[in-house]
Amino acid sequence: MKNALGVEIPEYIEGIGELQPYQGVWKSIIEDEVPATNISRTLKAKKAHTSKVCSSLEEAIKKCKPFDGMTVTCHHHLRGGDGVLMQAIDILDKMGIKDITLASSSLTSAHDGLVPYVEKGMITKIFTSGIRGALGDIVSTGKLKYPAIIHSHGGRVRDFLTGRIKPDLSVLAASAADEEGNATGSHGPSAFGSMGYADIDARYSKNVIIVTDNMVEYPCVPSTIRQHFVDHVVKIDSIGDASKIASGTTRITSSPMDLRIARIAATVIEHSGLFKDGMSFQVGAGGASLAVAKFLREDMKRKSIQGSFMIGGVTSYGVDMLEEGLFKAIFDVQSFDAAVSSSVLNNPKHVEISCDQYANPNNCGAMTNKLDVVVLGALEVDVDFNVNVITGSSGEIRGASGGHSDTASGANLSVIVCPSFRGRLPIIMDRVHTVVTPGESVDVIVTERGVCVNPAKPNLAAALKKAGLKVVDIRDLKKEVDSMTGIPAAKELGDKIVALVEYRDGTIIDVIKNVTNLG
Amino acid sequence: MTPKFKAQAGTFESSDIMVLIEPVAEGSGRQVDISSTVMLQFEEDLKACINQVLDVMEIENVHLIAKDKGALTPTIKARVETAVKRSLGIQEGTL
Repeated sequence: MKNALGVEIPEYIEGIGELQPYQGVWKSIIEDEVPATNISRTLKAKKAHTSKVCSSLEEAIKKCKPFDGMTVTCHHHLRGGDGVLMQAIDILDKMGIKDITLASSSLTSAHDGLVPYVEKGMITKIFTSGIRGALGDIVSTGKLKYPAIIHSHGGRVRDFLTGRIKPDLSVLAASAADEEGNATGSHGPSAFGSMGYADIDARYSKNVIIVTDNMVEYPCVPSTIRQHFVDHVVKIDSIGDASKIASGTTRITSSPMDLRIARIAATVIEHSGLFKDGMSFQVGAGGASLAVAKFLREDMKRKSIQGSFMIGGVTSYGVDMLEEGLFKAIFDVQSFDAAVSSSVLNNPKHVEISCDQYANPNNCGAMTNKLDVVVLGALEVDVDFNVNVITGSSGEIRGASGGHSDTASGANLSVIVCPSFRGRLPIIMDRVHTVVTPGESVDVIVTERGVCVNPAKPNLAAALKKAGLKVVDIRDLKKEVDSMTGIPAAKELGDKIVALVEYRDGTIIDVIKNVTNLG
Repeated sequence: MTPKFKAQAGTFESSDIMVLIEPVAEGSGRQVDISSTVMLQFEEDLKACINQVLDVMEIENVHLIAKDKGALTPTIKARVETAVKRSLGIQEGTL
C-alpha cells in the first residue's frame, strides 16, 4: 500500500506487526479513535517501612525477573555521557537474556557499545527517536533482526499509551535520588536538568529502577520522578561522563554562514505577523537554529516585544532570555547544558514538563500545539518542503527525528534553516532521501541564497517580499545550487527495509532501505 | 611539460581541496590518486575535472594526490593549476 507521500509501505512486518500508512499531518489524529491499551502500570504493593534500595544494579534487575523477548527502556537525558544504558544491557547479557527490544528515548554516541549485542541477536528490535555513529551504521546495513522504528518525541509517548511499546523494565538514571526513588536531574554532581522523557517510562513501565550516583537523604526535593512509580533504587559509582552529560554554557556559532542564515530567519519571523507581544517560540540547539535566538533577542529588545513562553530542548541562551524578561516562562522537556540545571532547580518560571505535555499528539494539551514559531534544522529538504533529519549523504542513519515533526505540525510558523549546500552536497533535492517531517507542516525554508515559502502560504510570501527579503521559488533555487555543485551520483541501496519512520500519529511516513556502500 | 619539483596547493578546510604533485620519470605516465568526503557522489566528476586541467596544461607524466573536502569545480581547477605551475617552477602569481 502507498501512503499519502507515495511511499510503498508494507501492510505487515514480522516482529513489528501491522502498519498504517501516513495519510496527512492531522488526518488520522483528528479522525481516528485511538484505544489506549497501556494506560496504567501493573498494580503493586509494598509493605510499610521496607527498603527499595538494592546493593547493585544487577540485584535490582534480577528482582524485576527479566525474560527473553522483554522490552527495556531508558532515557537519553545523559546524552553522549550516558553510562547507565550500557551497564544495564551488559548485566542482562551476562544473565543470558536475549531477544530484547530496546526502547530508549534516543541513542547517542555513548551507545556504540550496543553494536556487538545487535550483531549477536541479544537486541533484536529498537525503538528510538535517533541513532548515530557505529550503531547507525550497522542498523543501516541491516544487522538488526527487525527494522528499527524511528519515532518522534511525542510519538514515543503515544506508542507507550497505545501499547506499540510495552515497557517491561525501565532503568532510569538520575543525578539525585532518595531511598524511595524520588528522583531528579536538576541537582547533584552529574546534574542534567529536566527529566521530561523519563517521566513517561516511570509512569507506564512494569518495573522501574532508579539509578543514581548521588543518593541524598530522604526526601529528595524537588523531584521529578515520584516514589510511588519506583520499584527499586540503586546507588552506583557513576552514571556517566559528567563532562559529556552537560557542560558549561552553549555558545552561539561563529560560522559566518550559519550567522547569515540565522539573521535572515530572524527577519522572516519579524515580518511573519507573529512577532508581537505574547509570541511563543522554540529553537533547536544546533548552529544556525540557536543563532536565530541571538538575533530574535536583539530584535525583541529593539521593538520592546515580550513573548509568552519558550519550549523544548533548553539551552543557557534560552535561560538568559527568560531572566531578561523577554519571555514569561520556559517549559523544559530536555536541558542541553549545565547552566540550565540550576535554572530548572531555582526558577519557578522554568517549568519542567513531561514529554507527554510537550508533544504527544493524542492528548488534549500538547505544548507544541500552542507554539507560534519554531526554528528547526535539516539534513535535506525537497521541492515539496519535506525535511530529512535522519539519513545522511550515503543513505545511512545518522540523526534524530526528535521533536522535529511534533513542533513543525503544531507551530503557526515552522522555519527550516539550512545552507543551500554542504561540502559540495546540495541540500535541496527533488525528493529527500527520508521524510521525517512532511512538507505540509513546513512553512519557510531559509538558506543563505534565499527564502523559500511553501506555496500554501501565499500571504506569508507576499509579506516577506514586502519586507525586502529575497523570496525565491524552491525549484529555481535548486537549479541554481545544482549548477554550482553538480548532480551527485545516486545512493547505493538494497531492497531490505532496515528502519521505519513513524509519523507522530503512529502511521508510517517513510521506510529506510539498507545501504550497500557506506563510503 | 613535466613537473620538476614537489609542490602543493590548497588546504584541508571543508569545501577546499589539497593537491600534491610529485615529479615522476619521463614516460611513466599520469597517476592520479583521489580521496574525497564526497567520493560516493562525485568520484567521476573529480577525476574528469582534474584530468581536464592536466590535459589543458599538457602534463603527461605526474603523480597527483588530491585530498578533497567537497570543493566546488572552480576551486578544484584553480588548486590543480596552481600546484602544477609550482611544480613546473612557474611560481609567478601562485604565491
